[in-house]
Amino acid sequence: MRDRIETFFQRLASDVHFCSLRLVEEHAESLQVRQDVLQPARRSNDVGVMVTVIDGSGLGYAATSDVSESGLTRAFDEAREWAGKTAQIGITDFSKIPLPSPQGSFTTPVAKGWSSASLGDKIDLLRGESQRLNIDSRIVDWSAALWYGRANTLYLTNQGGRVEQDLHFIVPSLSATANEGVETQTRSLGGRGCCRQGGLEVLDDIRFREVAPELASEALELLAAPNCPSGVMDLLLAPDQMILQIHESIGHPLELDRILGDERNYAGTSFVTMDMFGSYRYGSQLLNVTHDPTVENEFASYGFDDDGAPATKEFIIRNGILERPLGGIVSQHRAGMNGVANSRACSWNRPPIDRMANLNLEVGNSNFEQLVGAIEQGVYMRANNSWSIDDSRNKFQFGCEWAQLIENGELTQVVKKPNYRGISATFWRNLKMVGDSSTRDILGTPHCGKGEPNQAVRVGHASPTCLFADVDVFGGE
Amino acid sequence: MQDVFYGISDFVQSKLSGNEVATCGFHGEDSDFVRFNKNAVRQAGTVHQSEVRLDLIDGKRHARAGVTLSGHPETDRSRVATTIEQLRGMLPHLSDDPHLLYSEDVRSSEKHGENRLPAGSDVVDSVLREASSKDLVGIYSAGGIHSGFANSLGQRNWYSTYTFNLDWSLYHRQDKAVKSGCAGFDWCEDDLRSKFATAQEQLGILSQPPRTIDPGKYRVYLSPVAIYELLQMVSWGGFGLKDHRTKQTSLLKMVEADARLSPTVTLIENTDGGVAPDFQGAGFIKPPSVSLIRNGCFENCLTSPRSAKEYGIPTNGASAFESPGSIEMSAGELAREDMVRELQNGLYINNLWYLNYSDRSNCRITGMTRFATFWVENGQIAAPVNVMRFDETIYRMLGDHLIGLTAERDFILDSETYGGRSTNSGRLPGALVDEFTLTL
Repeated sequence: MRDRIETFFQRLASDVHFCSLRLVEEHAESLQVRQDVLQPARRSNDVGVMVTVIDGSGLGYAATSDVSESGLTRAFDEAREWAGKTAQIGITDFSKIPLPSPQGSFTTPVAKGWSSASLGDKIDLLRGESQRLNIDSRIVDWSAALWYGRANTLYLTNQGGRVEQDLHFIVPSLSATANEGVETQTRSLGGRGCCRQGGLEVLDDIRFREVAPELASEALELLAAPNCPSGVMDLLLAPDQMILQIHESIGHPLELDRILGDERNYAGTSFVTMDMFGSYRYGSQLLNVTHDPTVENEFASYGFDDDGAPATKEFIIRNGILERPLGGIVSQHRAGMNGVANSRACSWNRPPIDRMANLNLEVGNSNFEQLVGAIEQGVYMRANNSWSIDDSRNKFQFGCEWAQLIENGELTQVVKKPNYRGISATFWRNLKMVGDSSTRDILGTPHCGKGEPNQAVRVGHASPTCLFADVDVFGGE
Repeated sequence: MQDVFYGISDFVQSKLSGNEVATCGFHGEDSDFVRFNKNAVRQAGTVHQSEVRLDLIDGKRHARAGVTLSGHPETDRSRVATTIEQLRGMLPHLSDDPHLLYSEDVRSSEKHGENRLPAGSDVVDSVLREASSKDLVGIYSAGGIHSGFANSLGQRNWYSTYTFNLDWSLYHRQDKAVKSGCAGFDWCEDDLRSKFATAQEQLGILSQPPRTIDPGKYRVYLSPVAIYELLQMVSWGGFGLKDHRTKQTSLLKMVEADARLSPTVTLIENTDGGVAPDFQGAGFIKPPSVSLIRNGCFENCLTSPRSAKEYGIPTNGASAFESPGSIEMSAGELAREDMVRELQNGLYINNLWYLNYSDRSNCRITGMTRFATFWVENGQIAAPVNVMRFDETIYRMLGDHLIGLTAERDFILDSETYGGRSTNSGRLPGALVDEFTLTL
């Protein structure tokens, strides 16, 4: 199929300024055992193309699941028609944007392929973990699941660009829900942020076969725990909450298309303005954030973005100072500033826009004991379960599944329903200590929503445990 | 697309062997998407997509697959045949599914929408013309949406509709904007002009210096769109039978501790009054309506076939997610035109944003005000308000602190386009609420 598409594309797209074709073939399987019962096994076989045309000064796209010659011809004609019709009313002169025509490939390193274990073995694994979650009659729901996906993409341009990428994803999940009366508590693996590129070796890396009883015990422990106290105090955040904090209050506000106004009707704008880059103090000296799609086996790794830009590691914030936005080639041209390779689409049926890929907080030099030991009065929170932030990505409120008080340098009582709120513009300046690599975890989210039309993309985040001062903390009703 | 789907479902049935049964679901779209920013076109394009969802059943064992269709019979048959073989190869490794339930009561239906939509480029021209010199941002989504169901017992269901949804905002500056929209089956330029005029009036107020208010408890008016946001949140795990039986529902206190909302609150899943298909993925037909909350008391869960089998009660045609698709709240007695006067001193909130549970068991929800939110003083709009965070339980918002609901209701067509264009909708009043807690 690929050869036929490639040959036909070159004939099709010869007479326009720029044309690209993005073929996406995605195969996925999901398995879940809930309450020791195997849920319906699912698979999907998805294929389609997006054709993008720049003709005159306009840009248009058309996507279709018909990858025949007639389907490609229709997509090309429709894309060219949109380019023509919007040429005089576009937000920019798209013909002036130097879209690349790269040559290259990228493949996810996989040690133990998904097919290296039989379907029966994978189901047995999930059955075993499901049983190990059910440790008490108060555990009212429990589940073990694996989702696997493989995305093969081919990107072609009419100027000789050709990129093939072969990405393998795995999303393991475990959860246990405990109930007593009107109190219900859930603990999950990584706050549902456990996702990587790779194969079944990821299960060993994340202790998938070990943590089920811990999760269930913690859910039960929370039933009897008092509410998280209210007050302004030190807050220690584990990686499975840090990823949410990074995602919402660094990642999204630094997306250049938000700053340029594209998202104002849906995902929102940003408190960050273009004049801040290069000088604005985003956080304390300890804050170092990179955008790095080249990290091996993180969830959003790739060699090239969906506009063909080669992936590189870039500092976004260095020693607390804001350096560059998260903007792909089109936004970079519109804003007149450097960005990163992050033009991304969720699949063949949506156009690329500025998205986070792997947005990571670089490690510091404190181990976990040192972080806890530095706190006189505070709370340690793990595993995100609630997230809300304003449309400028400033006023936030986040909640976690699990928390423990820290008193005089020691972890003490477990508390339930921990929440905290703050303002992005000041929160990161209170970053007091950053954990070392022993406290770091590589996580992410499979469902980051944004864009019109809406798109949910895969995002990776790696972070150490971090300590913040003077945070407004509170609990449930 | 109907012919494509029925052709494929016939092919699927022809490939079955022994005691195998198959169900087939279908979703297809031909959609124009035109994105605007600063009253110019950011991205314009067309998407053609269609997918068949198979469930291959042999006794109590079954496996499911989604397959993208090309529209070419030969290609699609090859893809589907490969997929059936994959599913058939999985079955011996699976165990019996005690919760498998599919419709064996053959109830075929067809609903064909009429395509009365104008060309997308014509709409673009008129939108940009009407918004001339204003800072317009948003999206025009339009085209056909098609759903189908077929099984080897002979049931055939088809649904098609042709809708548009122009979801837009006019900006004053920074985060000060008015959000509005036009949606339906027939493009109406007068409606667009009228809504732009209303938005323009509100922009005039937004151009005044904004007021920053302190956290505290305020009397507020929540528009129907704001109520839709709230109910979207509650619909996430609030009404499903599985969530109730596993004690994860956010309305747990209504079923376990006899908590009540105001007697004026009645909620139904009104499939008859919505625009979503009246059949679901396993072939069950949805009843015209399901009463969820009546006069403040919890009444019925939404029950998918799977939950029905698991918990031993009949399904009411709910989707696998067990969330409403056509939610409706009964009207109250307050006149919408009196809301500013009734507020006296408080907040007129047109939009809420980014809601989430901050205490799920107590149905406490946090979120933000967004777009045109106004400070009302002495019964008159006094100033726009900088965005504020709220954190409040549904039991106070729609219970003890609910002053009343408006007599007028708005019909809201959901503008979401994740995966495909939504056919969800709501018919909702506005609400006047006392002591609404703002926290940041």
